[in-house]
Parts: sequence; C-alpha cells; structure tokens
Amino acid sequence: MMGFKELIKLSLGAVFSYRLRSFLTALGITVGITAVVLLTSLGEGVHRFVLAEFTQFGTNLIGIAPGKTTTAGISGAIISNVRPMTLADAEALKRIPAVIASVPVVQGNAPVEFVGRSRRTYIFGVGPEAPSVWRFKVAKGRFLPDDDPRSPRALVVLGSKVQNELFGNRNPLGKRVRIGGERYRVVGVMESKGQMLGFDLDDAVYIPATRALSLFNRESLMEIDLLYAAGASAEEVSRRARSLLIARHGSEDFTITTQEQMLEVLGSVLNILTLAVGAVGGISLLVGGVGILTIMIIAVNERTGEIGLLRAIGAGRPQILALFIGEAVMLASVGGLAGLVIGTGGAWLLGVAVPALPTHTPWSYVVLAELLAAVIGLTAGVLPAVRAANLDPIEALRAE
Amino acid sequence: MIELQGIHRKFQVGNEAVHALQDVDLSVQPGGYLAVMGPSGSGKSTLLNIIGLLDRPNKGLYLLDEQDTTELNDRQQALVRRHKIGFVFQFFHLVPRLTAAENVELPLILAGFEADKREQRVQQALTALGIADRARHRPDQLSGGQRQRVAIARATIMRPGIILADEPTGNLDRSSGKEVIDILEHLNQQGMTLIMVTHDPELGGRAARRIQMLDGYIQSDTARKHEGI
Repeated sequence: MMGFKELIKLSLGAVFSYRLRSFLTALGITVGITAVVLLTSLGEGVHRFVLAEFTQFGTNLIGIAPGKTTTAGISGAIISNVRPMTLADAEALKRIPAVIASVPVVQGNAPVEFVGRSRRTYIFGVGPEAPSVWRFKVAKGRFLPDDDPRSPRALVVLGSKVQNELFGNRNPLGKRVRIGGERYRVVGVMESKGQMLGFDLDDAVYIPATRALSLFNRESLMEIDLLYAAGASAEEVSRRARSLLIARHGSEDFTITTQEQMLEVLGSVLNILTLAVGAVGGISLLVGGVGILTIMIIAVNERTGEIGLLRAIGAGRPQILALFIGEAVMLASVGGLAGLVIGTGGAWLLGVAVPALPTHTPWSYVVLAELLAAVIGLTAGVLPAVRAANLDPIEALRAE
Repeated sequence: MIELQGIHRKFQVGNEAVHALQDVDLSVQPGGYLAVMGPSGSGKSTLLNIIGLLDRPNKGLYLLDEQDTTELNDRQQALVRRHKIGFVFQFFHLVPRLTAAENVELPLILAGFEADKREQRVQQALTALGIADRARHRPDQLSGGQRQRVAIARATIMRPGIILADEPTGNLDRSSGKEVIDILEHLNQQGMTLIMVTHDPELGGRAARRIQMLDGYIQSDTARKHEGI
C-alpha cells in the first residue's frame, strides 16, 4: 500500500500546483484559526488577570456577611429577624481552631480633610489584623494598634493615593485629619496596591471598625473576613463558624462564602467566557471549512481524468479517498499553521502594545486549534473525496 | 492468458439499451499481438475496458491467467490492474502538475515501493525509452511523442504481462506515431501481450492477429479465418 509520506507528498504537490486558489482557500482557515487563537488568548488572559486580582488577597479566606441569601434570591425581602453582626461575633470567631485572624469590615464613603484640603474617599472600618488577612503592607508607620475593640483610639491609616492628595510630599505621620467631622491621628500609610477591577484600593483610609459603625450610624458589620491556616480545610472552618454563629444568633441569618468556592465559581464563569469567545472564532473557522469543501468539489470535477487514470493504473477507491482527503487536510493544516503564527504573534503584539489588555496563549489551545483545523479539513474533504472515489473509471477517463 | 467466454455488455442510454458487446468469445495467448479494429461504436473500447478490468460484463466469463475476474471485488480488481495490466491512452493521460519522472513513478507509489527502488526503476524505464533527459519536464514541456513515451514508461513500470493501447497513435503525427508503435512492438517481442485498438488499417495490418468488430460482435478474427463472413 501507498506510504504515508508519499500520500503527503502527492497531496502537497496538488495543493502547491494551484497556488492562488490554494492560498485563498487556506486563507479562510488562517483567518478562522487566527480569530480562535487571538480570542482565546484574550479570554485566557482575562481569566488569569481576574483570578490574580482576586487571589492577591490570599486564598485561605472565608467571608461572612449578614443576611441569608436563599435560592429564591429575593434580596429585598430580608426579614427583620436578621440579627446584626457584631464585633463580639468577630472576636468569638477568632477562637475557632485554625482561624489565624478575623477582620470585621464596615465600609462607607466620607470626606477626609486636612488643612483645607478635602477628598471624598472610601472609609474602611477594620480590625488591627486587616493587613495580614488581606495581604496588605504598611509603607510608613504602622497599622491600627490592637486597642480594646469597643473603644479604640481615633487613629487612621491612609491609602497611598489619599496620602498623596492630602499631604503631597509632607510626612503625614502624627498629623491630624478630619473624617466626617471627627479628628483622627495618622499612624501609618499603606503600600500602593493598585486597582482591583476598577476599584482603587489606594483611594481609601482605614479606621477602627467601632468608629466606622458610629460614623455611618450602623448597627451591624458588613462582613467578617477570616484567615485560616494554610493546611486547614475551608469546609471544616466554615462549618465551625456556622455552628458558632447559629449558637450566638439563634438562627442562620448570615451567609458564609469561602474564597475557594468563589474562585471555583469565578473560574468556571471565566472558562465559559473563554469558550464563548473561542466559539465566535470557531464560526469563521466553519466558513473556512465551507471554502475548502467548495474548492475540493471543484478540484474533483476538474481532475476527473486524473482520477480515472489513477484507477486505471491500480489505485483502489480507498487510495483515491485518501488522496483527496489528504489534500483537504493539507489545505486546512497549512492554513491553520499560518493562523497559529499570526494568532500567537498577534496576541503577543497586542500584549506588548496594550499592556492593560491581558493576553495569554496556552500551548494546549494552540495544539488544539491546529488539530481542529485538521479535523475541519478532514470533514470538508470527505464528501468530495467520496465523490472522487465513486467515479466510474471509464467515465472519468473519458472526461479529459 | 486472456479468455473471454460469452461476454455481454449493454448500456442504458435513455430508454434504449445499447448492446456494446454481444456474445464475445476471445482468447489471447501470452505474448500475443492483437489489433482490435472496427468503426466507432462497434465495441472496441468496451472490449478493451473489460479486458483491462475497468468495466464488468453483464454476462459471461473472463478468465485472466485462469482466474475468474468477474468474482473479484473492486479492491482485488485494482490490484490485478496494478500488477498485470498497463494502459496506454490516445490522450496520454499524464498528470499535468507532475514531471515525467513523477508520472512514471505513480504506479510504484500506489504499490508502496520504497523511494530508492522507485527512483532506480523510473530511471531505467526513462532511459530505455530514450527520454531520460526529459525526466524533470512537465507534460506541457514535452512533444506528443515524448508524452506517449512517458505514458508507455508508466504503463510498463510495474512490468505487467499485458499492454492495452487505445488508439496510441491517434493523437500523434506520423513519425512519432511510428516511433511509438516501434516501442510497443519491441515490448511485445520481449514477451508482453499487446492488445491495440485502432481504426488505422495500416497499423492493424502489422499485428500478428486482427479482429474486426461490428455492432458489438466479433465479425472476423484472423486466427479463425473460416468462421468469418
């Protein structure tokens, strides 16, 4: 039987003998593969970017928020028997084994003033352990001290942007700022952490949670974040936290979200996103496949005489089939290869030209895309090849 | 040894059945030289196609080297064609994008020969037919006579026992036609069976045996003189 190498040589020979036509046909696949590679690179880049944004706060986190989201999800109908989540709850949660730290969170918006300058910014009411839980670093001074949580001193730590806006080059440590009418002494400045999904973490100040509660006139914390030991099971910790809070509140009037769960959900959502944009590219690939189908049907019609001759000199139907399918696969693979080069190159170039646009080209996708191109060629080649194989050799010989 | 017994072949053209071959009996000894003559539509080409296993009879028996070919399936027939039969056509049927050498190489590729063996055989065949210097030329760079010589090289590269030639000089001028016939006859002298369809009486006259066809029948056969009309 005919060797594989010879088959490829014959197929390539046919592809290259109709240069313009083969080029245009392969171009369809090239465009499709370029689109697939480029779009999935973008999708994957976004995927990685978003996950990195979320994991910058650490992965061993559990968030607890007041109110129970049920599957019915009627958010407006939170019934009043939700008991407020308190600082005492946050303190109690700290006693669960494997919990390293517990941070009460209250968040709001208020003007921060210093000697005539004012900036409206995010106010985070937190506990002293916030930097270790959120993986923040203090750039200057120190973070909020471990005061009595019920009556902490009026101290504030500034985000780097707030510091720049209010103090410029001056040293803010020890200075007093006004927040919502109250005077706070600056004890530290946080390191710049940049933006997270458009949310500027540096444009914020951190004050003790108790003071933030009274500042915003709230009864309940908005969230409690727990950091647990690296080896511990998130499930176990959240189970203990749940039973502890149920014991304290009398009912399950809170929602526990582990970072693990969140990342999982996020990951699957982002995977679907990547898949979806890849599918959009896949449509153009499909169009390219139709192009191959068309040109192969034309090729079979044009080369009827050649097919008849091949049959006369001893080619069986399977060999004719293999030759024409081989040709279609060759067209698609060559086109696909060009698409890969352009696609990965384009993604790389895009990443360099627009650094804000995250791109990432996983090699598994590249290999998969090329295989996909070959499969499309195969599929598009089957129908014309079957036609060619089923030609009556005498009719075929007469055609020339 | 080719043996046809009671071969019928009919075609359906519209509503009409055309009997291309009717009750054809023919046997050709190995090494024979047979000219098949007759007007167009008399069934010459159909006879050649059936002998070449490109076509199947509707009725009758065809034994090739004592093997009943009508029972062979498509793949087996392809194998018989590949190894036992070489075709030479009026219009050469060279693949235009392949060089002379590549055209001659095709049957060897289909048969799965190794590359070095293929090259060696092709070289030999081209040299034997005096077109070694044209090996890298494409068909459109060759004269008619050269093209037919490439076709003959291709037909004989598998060293078949039988050469079937359908009007091999029909598309050639006199002198190159003469050369092609000389080559074919030379192959016949080396022991290959040569069956040639032609309507040129002069060409047919050179054959050791001639059959005359008319309306699907063998009208006369020089080997069976007394049965003719």
